[in-house]
Amino acid sequence: MEVIKQYTKRKRKRFNLKNTIYSGTIGLILLIFVIVTIYPIVNTVAISFNEALDALRGGIYFWPRRWTLNNYSTVLNKESITTGLYISVLRTFVATVLHLSTTALIAFILSRKNYIFAKPISFLYVLTMYVNGGLIPGFLLYRELGFMNSFMVYIIPGMVAAFNMLVIRTYMNGLPDSLEESAMIDGAGHLTVFVRIIVPLCKPVFATVALFIAVGQWNSWFDTMLYNRLNEDFTTLQYELMKLLSSVSQLSGDANVTAQTSAATGSAQVTTTSVRSAATVLTCLPIIALYPFLQRYFVSGLTIGGVKE
Amino acid sequence: MKAERIKEVNVKMTWKEIVKQRKLILLSLPFVAYVLLFNYVPLVGWVMAFQKYKPKDGFFSSKFVGFDNFEFLFVNNPDFIRVIRNTLAMGVINLILSFAFAIAFALVLNEVVHKGPKKLVQTISYLPHFLSMIIVTGIVRDVLSIDNGIINDIFIKFNLIDKPINFLTIKPLFWWIVGLSNVWKETGWNSIIYLAAITAISPDLYEAASIDGAGRLRKMWNITLPGIKPTIFILLLINVGNVLNAGFEIQYLLGNGLLQPVSQTIDIYVLKYGISQANYSIGTAAGIFKSVVSVILIFLANSSAKAAGEERLF
Repeated sequence: MEVIKQYTKRKRKRFNLKNTIYSGTIGLILLIFVIVTIYPIVNTVAISFNEALDALRGGIYFWPRRWTLNNYSTVLNKESITTGLYISVLRTFVATVLHLSTTALIAFILSRKNYIFAKPISFLYVLTMYVNGGLIPGFLLYRELGFMNSFMVYIIPGMVAAFNMLVIRTYMNGLPDSLEESAMIDGAGHLTVFVRIIVPLCKPVFATVALFIAVGQWNSWFDTMLYNRLNEDFTTLQYELMKLLSSVSQLSGDANVTAQTSAATGSAQVTTTSVRSAATVLTCLPIIALYPFLQRYFVSGLTIGGVKE
Repeated sequence: MKAERIKEVNVKMTWKEIVKQRKLILLSLPFVAYVLLFNYVPLVGWVMAFQKYKPKDGFFSSKFVGFDNFEFLFVNNPDFIRVIRNTLAMGVINLILSFAFAIAFALVLNEVVHKGPKKLVQTISYLPHFLSMIIVTGIVRDVLSIDNGIINDIFIKFNLIDKPINFLTIKPLFWWIVGLSNVWKETGWNSIIYLAAITAISPDLYEAASIDGAGRLRKMWNITLPGIKPTIFILLLINVGNVLNAGFEIQYLLGNGLLQPVSQTIDIYVLKYGISQANYSIGTAAGIFKSVVSVILIFLANSSAKAAGEERLF
């Protein structure tokens, strides 16, 4: 053993230069990867804080040249954006609470041992991951149910996603039986067991699933376009951003300078580019701000789900 | 897995048992009703594909036309053939690029010895996964922009081009722009599962290889890569079935009138015909075609994996 150790040690020393080049190459590849990943985001943030007309000169990469908050005050003075922000926050909050509660409850029911309908009901849910009616039948159904031009379309459909249900159920199945059994003997009903015993134990998996639901809700735009396009009271932030981005996308090439009066800062020069970057930063702010603290929950969800597969 | 097996105690379905479990059954009822209404009732809508569906007549009184809608799509309709071509081409390009980049990234990241930097790079790598497609396509437009877009800036700085190129008007580039945008968004996220698979490889293998004098590159190629091969195959199988599903958001948001011949996919076609022009029957028929092809693809992939003696789904 000792001999082998010495041998490998000598070997390692001899190849030191080769090893350094290797590590250096790895480091360089990853550095390029990191820059490519974050540069576009950092650049958007930099432009959003830079004076609009100055930004047209170009040359802004990682840091603003002339600071201003005008772009943000212009964006936040647009009624469509503030309404969108309000609706987005509201739908994310309501849907996360509602969807998580219902998903947890059905996962709990289906994790009950001896429950005779657990298998057929699980099957009904799991099958939805592979079979669906498609866009048009869904659209006609939602229209029939009165979801056109209503807030309901954000929170009622997709209440129980089969994948999330499986993640929670797998976690519940891994909990020790003894606690709930003693509660059952004490005469507690299913719902009492669920609320008093299972829910507190499931906090980690609930955090993960809640995050998945919240990110999906926050990022969703297609439902707005399909069902609430005509109702400005219910459009979401993502949809308003899409309108903002696509309105000028065909025209890029000329400067598109528009002078707008901002109530907060007096007269301020903004361009479509600067307004777009400010709106973009505003739209991804919650995710980027919370990301460093929450990212471990995202990944743990993937691995819990992976165990099931 | 183990816990699940312990809990599975078989109880026969008898009236006595049903009465005993009535509370659980009562609790389940709303969930069964919900899934039937939202996920299974729409399947009834498939009947529209075989009708000349009119909203005022409904499913029951609309005229049945057999396969006329499918005939409209496939016979003398170069538009729809092109739509299928676009969907397939972008699906395949996405599949290949996303696999290649995710595997390469996992292999490279695995070579980092220090835990801190490794964790940091990984955390950064999957941030774009959580951004919406609206943001991602906005970013792609900025990066490729002809006013101060970074790609044009770099190309001009190195004298590769004289004046900025408007990349989003060049048809042959569009499929690759879509593919690379997906790479930007998903590489880090897709690599998580490979990195998890790599940790399961026995360290003994690496030790033995070192003693035999293998360098780090050789170990990566001959131990790590074969070690994650089963994972690669399983994911490949899952994703082959999804090839046709990869074509909506990004193409819809990045495409423009000029690019339509290369950017229009089946899903966009369904949206355009089905919803915007209220031609529900044609749209549903196109949707059914997509579902059927997806199912065929997944079976084909599975049976070829079986023939090759690799991992398979079922």
